[in-house]
Amino acid sequence: MLLLIQYMLIFASVLLLVALGGCFAEHSGVINIGLEGIMVAGALGGALMMKYLPADSSAAAVVCLSILAAMLCGIIYSLLLAVSAINFKADQTLVGTAMNLLAVAAATVFVKAINTAENPNNVSATIQYVNAKKAFLVNIGGFEFNWFMLLAVILLICANVLLYRTKFGLRLMACGEHPQAADSVGINVYKMRYAGVMLSGLLGGIGGLVYITAGVSEWKFENGVAGFGFLALAVMIFGQWKPTRIALAALLFGLFRSLSNVYTGFPFLANLNLPSNVYNMLPYIISLIVLALTSKRSAAPKAEGIPYDKGSR
Amino acid sequence: MENQYAIEMLNITKRFPGIIANDNITLQLRKGEIHALLGENGAGKSTLMSVLFGLYQPEEGTIKKDGKVVSIKNPNDATALGIGMVHQHFKLVECFTVLDNIILGVEPTKGGFLQKDEARKKVLALSERYGLQIDPDAKIEDITVGMQQRTEILKMLYRDNEILIFDEPTAVLTPQEIDELMQIMRNLAAEGKSILFISHKLAEIMAVADRCSVLRKGKYIGTVDTKDTTVEALSAMMVGRDVNFHVEKADKTPGDVVLKVEGMTVASKVHKNNAVKNVSFEVRAGEIVCIAGIDGNGQTETVYGLTGLEPLVSGKITLCGKDITRAPIRERSLTGMSHIPEDRHKHGLVLDYTLEDNIVLQRYFEPEFTRHGLLQRKNIRAYAERLIEDYDIRSGQGPVTTARSMSGGNQQKAIVAREIDKAPQLLVAVQPTRGLDVGAIENIHKQIVAQRDAGKAVLLVSLEMDEVMDVSDRILVMYEGEIVGELDPKATTAEEMGLYMAGAKRKEM
Repeated sequence: MLLLIQYMLIFASVLLLVALGGCFAEHSGVINIGLEGIMVAGALGGALMMKYLPADSSAAAVVCLSILAAMLCGIIYSLLLAVSAINFKADQTLVGTAMNLLAVAAATVFVKAINTAENPNNVSATIQYVNAKKAFLVNIGGFEFNWFMLLAVILLICANVLLYRTKFGLRLMACGEHPQAADSVGINVYKMRYAGVMLSGLLGGIGGLVYITAGVSEWKFENGVAGFGFLALAVMIFGQWKPTRIALAALLFGLFRSLSNVYTGFPFLANLNLPSNVYNMLPYIISLIVLALTSKRSAAPKAEGIPYDKGSR
Repeated sequence: MENQYAIEMLNITKRFPGIIANDNITLQLRKGEIHALLGENGAGKSTLMSVLFGLYQPEEGTIKKDGKVVSIKNPNDATALGIGMVHQHFKLVECFTVLDNIILGVEPTKGGFLQKDEARKKVLALSERYGLQIDPDAKIEDITVGMQQRTEILKMLYRDNEILIFDEPTAVLTPQEIDELMQIMRNLAAEGKSILFISHKLAEIMAVADRCSVLRKGKYIGTVDTKDTTVEALSAMMVGRDVNFHVEKADKTPGDVVLKVEGMTVASKVHKNNAVKNVSFEVRAGEIVCIAGIDGNGQTETVYGLTGLEPLVSGKITLCGKDITRAPIRERSLTGMSHIPEDRHKHGLVLDYTLEDNIVLQRYFEPEFTRHGLLQRKNIRAYAERLIEDYDIRSGQGPVTTARSMSGGNQQKAIVAREIDKAPQLLVAVQPTRGLDVGAIENIHKQIVAQRDAGKAVLLVSLEMDEVMDVSDRILVMYEGEIVGELDPKATTAEEMGLYMAGAKRKEM
């Protein structure tokens, strides 16, 4: 049971962070399908930081520096979307899809190159961080508390305050709803959209790092992040673009995701004798059902996905 | 001597590719006055205001504020100079509250956090002072158009703007809301604000403005004091010739029945009752029958039923002797029905198509325009060019202009041209002059009368009392989905018709 909660919380943290990222991009008016790719970029940055930090670094340094690396890589990668969608008015769905494909491929090539350079016989795209990972964990009576859970809660509060209590949030949402109105009162729509996309890069990058350290001590980069970026989008839609509701949705999806890790621990579930694939599929199936049922009463920002052009009226 | 002008626009010239939108225009706005800017659709009013608001840069000319030359490069410069504008299409974020919309862009903050209480106090004080009723916590999507407009006005007042531009503010309002707006404008002027009021509605200008400047085809015609002028003189300045407000038409004896409607009942989309209840009438060749009534008494649904946009619950429609009760729209069109729809954007045009494609929208399949399944572009172009010539449809690039980029008056002309030129037996015209200026209205009335004189049947649906009295040969008044009276425009008065429209009087039909 404790294990279930532990997994649920860590997976919910991943979904929450990434979905909040998507939420910021969409409130600024940019659809971010590329969250998956941003997660991979963040994960790669964090993993490399953990790999190359001296083994005797303090736990705090490992935690802070790897998060910082993940954030930076996420932001830089998100700029791809910002530049093409905002400056060049490219189709946001296409750019996002391309980003997802590119991230996995690039990360795989990159990590393979590093590994072969170290040891010519090693052609895997795997990075190990067995020791560094321990820095994130605090054992409280059998419950492995992860600093990321705290970070997710803090960022949730920050996101809520930023969106609803500051002028930045008001302006950001105006750009996603009615950019012409924002422009007419002197708000620079392009800058606000850059801010929205870069925030999604920051949060998505952290999310990627959390995901690869959640259950395991090494990561095969050719796997990408197994559709978690898309799950996060589903969480965002289910949460109706509102941070608090996104948090609840993330917990729900986190629960289903964690079942596949721990179902054998529940006699009732183990006795059903279902193949483990069924549990692995659960979150994705649930997201399909949820989206089919909820997409009608969507509270999506009205101008999302439409490139802003100052000239058109 | 103290400068008496709040804003002066001197010798402004603004060119667009292929057109001079503003040709050496001078406009001087006195402090504390309501100054109307009058002109037909496409006369250059909006361009001039966009120049003042910093959306366009003029090629020539200067702008002075309080006697000093200023440069306005973008809306922020205009705001800094105290110039505010209520755009024709409101710039409001629908899912935000009234208060959020007002403070957007000039949010009061403390330590980075919004201070909405402070803003709320200021907004409520302003709303009381100028008589602008609003609910600061209501969302824009839930409030009336009138309250949305008051929100826009408060946006300007909240920024302490001194010069207020209203771009065709009455187009979207009900008569009561228009009266309220007029009063608000007078209050604002009394408090020392200077107001520029863009309009092509002469009665409103005479009612509220102190002075009026007139533009025609991009040129400045003159400025007059409204107390020294008349509606006729103003319209002559605007159109460039005397406008006949009375429709000329000879007597004509109606011929055979063209349209016969028996017991038509149409369901309503907004409520459970039927919108049209058991309505019967006839339209004969060579007569104009007008359906009058206050908006929302079943006229729209009557037309939907006739034209096939909505199915009938019961009843029978016969056009030229053929039962078209269940006929699809194309068959009705081919049987001889033309339709000038009420909502030209929704049912009249494909806005992102070109003018020529819109013109052949109902005829593209005819052998002249399609051969072996391929569109005959050359013929389509030639046909469109002829209609553009014959009906004086003005646009930037002729047949290949996107419909969306044309002015409302010319969009309407294109629809009228298309519907009349296919030589219908019955013309159904629904509010054909809505939102148009006097010159265009006169033109469309002439076309409708010409159809009648050519022996066609015309069914006109109108909310404008004058139009009903002037144009029609026979009036049917609708009230709550029923025809409650049939009147002869020569024998009745506007007062009597008003009683029927309000449901206070009815004849058994």
